Amino acid sequence: MNPTDSDDDRPAAAAAADSAAPQQPLEWRFAQVFGERAAGEDVQEVDIISAIEFDKSGDHLATGDRGGRVVLFERTDARDHANRSELERQDVPITRHPEFRYKTEFQSHEPEFDYLKSLEIEEKINKIKWCQSANNALFLLSTNDKTIKYWKVQEKKIKQVSVMTLDTSTVGNGATSRASTSTSVPLPNGGCSEKSDGLNGDLLFPPGGYPSLRLPVVTTSQDVNLAARCRRVYAHAHDYHINSISNNSDGETFISADDLRINLWNLEINSQSFNIVDVKPTNMEDLTEVITCAEFHPTHCNTLAYSSSKGSIRLIDLRQSALCDNHSKIFEEHEAPGARSFFTEIIASISDVKFSRDGRYLLSRDYMTLKLWDLNMDSGPVSTFQVHEHLRPRLCDLYENDSIFDKFECCLSGDGRHVATGSYGNMFRVFGSTTGSTDVTTLEASRNPMRRQMSNPNRPTRGTMTSMARGVRRGGENLGVDANGNSLDFSTKLLHLAWHPTENSIACAAANSLYMYYA
Amino acid sequence: MAMVDEPLYPIAVLIDELKNEDIQLRLNSIRRLSTIARALGEERTRKELIPFLSENNDDEDEVLLAMAEELGVFIPYVGGVEHAHVLLPPLETLSTVEETCVRDKAVESLCRIGAQMKENDIVDFFIPVVKRLASGEWFTARVSSCGLFHIAYPSATDPLKTELRTIYGQLCQDDMPMVRRAAASNLGKFAATVEQSHLKTEIMSIFDDLTQDDQDSVRLLAVEGCAALGKLLEPQDCVAHILPVIVNFSQDKSWRVRYMVANQLYELCEAVGPEPTRADLVPAYVRLLRDNEAEVRIAAAGKVTKFCRILSPQLAIQHILPCVKELSSDSSQHVRSALASVIMGMAPVLGKDATIAELLPIFLSLLKDEFPDVRLNIISKLDQVNQVIGIDLLSQSLLPAIVELAEDRHWRVRLAIIEYIPLLASQLGVGFFDDKLGALCMQWLEDKVFSIREAAANNLKRLAEEFGPEWAMQHIIPQVLEKINNPHYLYRMTILQAISLLAPVMGADITCQKLLPVVINSSKDRVPNIKFNVAKVLQSLVPILDQSVVDKTVKPCLVELSEDPDVDVRYYANQALQACDQIMMSS
Repeated sequence: MNPTDSDDDRPAAAAAADSAAPQQPLEWRFAQVFGERAAGEDVQEVDIISAIEFDKSGDHLATGDRGGRVVLFERTDARDHANRSELERQDVPITRHPEFRYKTEFQSHEPEFDYLKSLEIEEKINKIKWCQSANNALFLLSTNDKTIKYWKVQEKKIKQVSVMTLDTSTVGNGATSRASTSTSVPLPNGGCSEKSDGLNGDLLFPPGGYPSLRLPVVTTSQDVNLAARCRRVYAHAHDYHINSISNNSDGETFISADDLRINLWNLEINSQSFNIVDVKPTNMEDLTEVITCAEFHPTHCNTLAYSSSKGSIRLIDLRQSALCDNHSKIFEEHEAPGARSFFTEIIASISDVKFSRDGRYLLSRDYMTLKLWDLNMDSGPVSTFQVHEHLRPRLCDLYENDSIFDKFECCLSGDGRHVATGSYGNMFRVFGSTTGSTDVTTLEASRNPMRRQMSNPNRPTRGTMTSMARGVRRGGENLGVDANGNSLDFSTKLLHLAWHPTENSIACAAANSLYMYYA
Repeated sequence: MAMVDEPLYPIAVLIDELKNEDIQLRLNSIRRLSTIARALGEERTRKELIPFLSENNDDEDEVLLAMAEELGVFIPYVGGVEHAHVLLPPLETLSTVEETCVRDKAVESLCRIGAQMKENDIVDFFIPVVKRLASGEWFTARVSSCGLFHIAYPSATDPLKTELRTIYGQLCQDDMPMVRRAAASNLGKFAATVEQSHLKTEIMSIFDDLTQDDQDSVRLLAVEGCAALGKLLEPQDCVAHILPVIVNFSQDKSWRVRYMVANQLYELCEAVGPEPTRADLVPAYVRLLRDNEAEVRIAAAGKVTKFCRILSPQLAIQHILPCVKELSSDSSQHVRSALASVIMGMAPVLGKDATIAELLPIFLSLLKDEFPDVRLNIISKLDQVNQVIGIDLLSQSLLPAIVELAEDRHWRVRLAIIEYIPLLASQLGVGFFDDKLGALCMQWLEDKVFSIREAAANNLKRLAEEFGPEWAMQHIIPQVLEKINNPHYLYRMTILQAISLLAPVMGADITCQKLLPVVINSSKDRVPNIKFNVAKVLQSLVPILDQSVVDKTVKPCLVELSEDPDVDVRYYANQALQACDQIMMSS
């Protein structure tokens, strides 16, 4: 695809709904890979990526892994913002695609043991969310099953104390020698011996002070040191496993959701949180539905959506009540009667839900499909994209090996014109989401993303256009499967992926490797 | 390297430790910054120490917080008010850090310094700081700037004043909700410094914008501004500008905004005057008392007394009382609990007749509430009730409520009611107490929970103080001493504790005749824990008892215990013996 046709800088408001003009399908190219696996190399369990997230500007990318680490990447090609926007204004083709480099990494969570409940708490990072940056420092939230942490990552110039008033020989030895000196002389370490040190308030100083006293001289070297510091820990608020966290647009609160509850936190207060949704039945045997994912609306601070294991998405309005047991809207699609089977409920479970950048649409992923919902239309999805329809005959096998419970994430492009989600065999699919679009691409997370597609051209099928309300069904039935449909590798699954907020660039995780593509 | 004179050594260390690796030492040095400054002298403090602090501001938050605090009182050490401006640069940097508490402290210190600065220094130094912060690249600086305008504005020249008002208006429309929140919450302070003419125009239009913000968190801070602005405006302006806003807010879509209104509404009544209060605020308040959201009703119920105090009794009876009746049977226990904690305050407002006719039934129904918190809140305000209606009317309903609470299955509830028993006793009088509550007090001594037994023992002591030793001799001591034969050693231990608490109140004679024999007897107990507690109790009794009794009775017992096979018993017995000797020597 010719980069001049890139529509990535169109305002997000011009999203899916109104664009009748046919658009060129995106042509995806490999951009970068981090942590590529050499042939025959075994993947260490702890290295498997478990979360990917771009920040708001798209200049930073964070990944979390099962070993509890968070790795940060920064964009190298667009550091000069003014320059970039100028280029865009002049309509000069952007010849470069987003290019990232490793920035830093830190250990966010450690394995723990809950002695009260005799439960091991894994260090695996379930979700990462970026927060508002300030003073040139980056802030992000990371969570494992139980504990959310607020991190600050900042470049610090290394400073060294070069001159002290006292004998320099002690300076080199650092604090230990200083501490020992100060214990031999009764010094106010901690201020407990104030009376005995001759420094009490009655001591008279000459008006000009003592000229022999000097302040330490600090020299700042050019070396910078990237340091990640945990600013706050939000713990002990979830009885079940945390499946999502999401920042509010008010910049001061966020939510965390587990299977049965959603809690609201203030970023600055880690000692208490407010329970805003509680679906726990009085008798746990009556439990039929759990929360699978929750996200705040990108601009309306009072609106949030959460999805359930029964395939519904509920929109709640925090203004209505302190405990939001009643949803203000519910989005669900009723299965055609008669089509029910043992698997109906399992495959209906929503594994991920995302708002579009403008907040008008919601994208949800269940086991078989991606669905795009218009917040103004709760009768059914605007579009349904078939992702795993070809697996329907094999649901029994998938159930046997637990693959049917895999939680695939989904994402929308910044302009809302495309949606993407992962699949098996390290494949992911990108769909055009505008009305009438037939753009479907299947890519493999490898250096040659189109490899599979070349050998197996995808013929998207047009859905019936008779009823808008029923939405549009499309998408091939033969994703990445050989003619006999046997080549699927259920162990290589692409669960996590993220779309760059402003450009057509996707980051996705294949086991321990991070692949990036652009169009 | 310069060697330092001996007397200066400690201060040299203090200075060096400004850059120590150990945060505790740095913190200590920063806390003693004034000492360092005096040792350096005013001039070097200005020229060296302050620039040094400005450059070294990437420390831990704890150190920065201490620095921000110290600098706020640093004017004397830099040479007085005329040099105060040298303190602004380090505080300016501190008010841009991302940790809120450091920023807040830096702003507080800036205000403190600014308030002492001369007018032309404000113009030359302080206002530029405000302007720089307000146009800062990061939201942290802009947030801090909002808290400085009320200091800068009064000293500014007219053109500067116009500029400051404009800047404040811009801050209220900042992209970042954090900045708008800071602007909203500081608006009242700033408005208080602005001239009346601008108040009605510019400030009110800023306020209007804030009240229509689409972020709930900003709007609810604007509610706070209502009361503050209302007090600044003339009553008629307040009615024209603020009243419609607050009435609107009281019907806001967001329960959090309505919650704020419920909390603030009574403050506005005075500002608008009696007529608009009757016509607009009372209906608004009544709506809040009947709000759908329990949190709003809780806030509204909690202010019922304060609101009624401003109203005339007729208005209160006519409009508020019916709501109070409804709230007393509200579905949310927290609403009832909030009501119970303030409802007694309404009695003086309504007067005796209305109280007996209207309030008493509500009061009694709350006293029978199924949730202990509600009942406790009523009982804790018992003195207020007593003044209005007298105890006779109450006692009938009061007693069952107390008994029920005394037997509640949550020990914290039992604990709470025990703590009110002395208050009840003083209100109800001896006669009533003997009949009904005496047995309860004894029963608690045998509670399953230690904290209750402990509180029960304490309670007996307070009752003995209230009613005197003679009464206690009749109504407490025999029953307590009887319980020393309880088969369970933990209960016997409670009795020993009760004895040691009661002894000082009862005096030497009774202690010697009644209490001491029981304690001495217990030294033969088969449980070591009892024995060493006997030793402890004896030690506590020694100061009360006569020397002869100590020698004749206490000491032999302790000597015996000091040869006990159990090591702990021996230890405490020896401790007690030593204490005996010490007291003897001192007397």
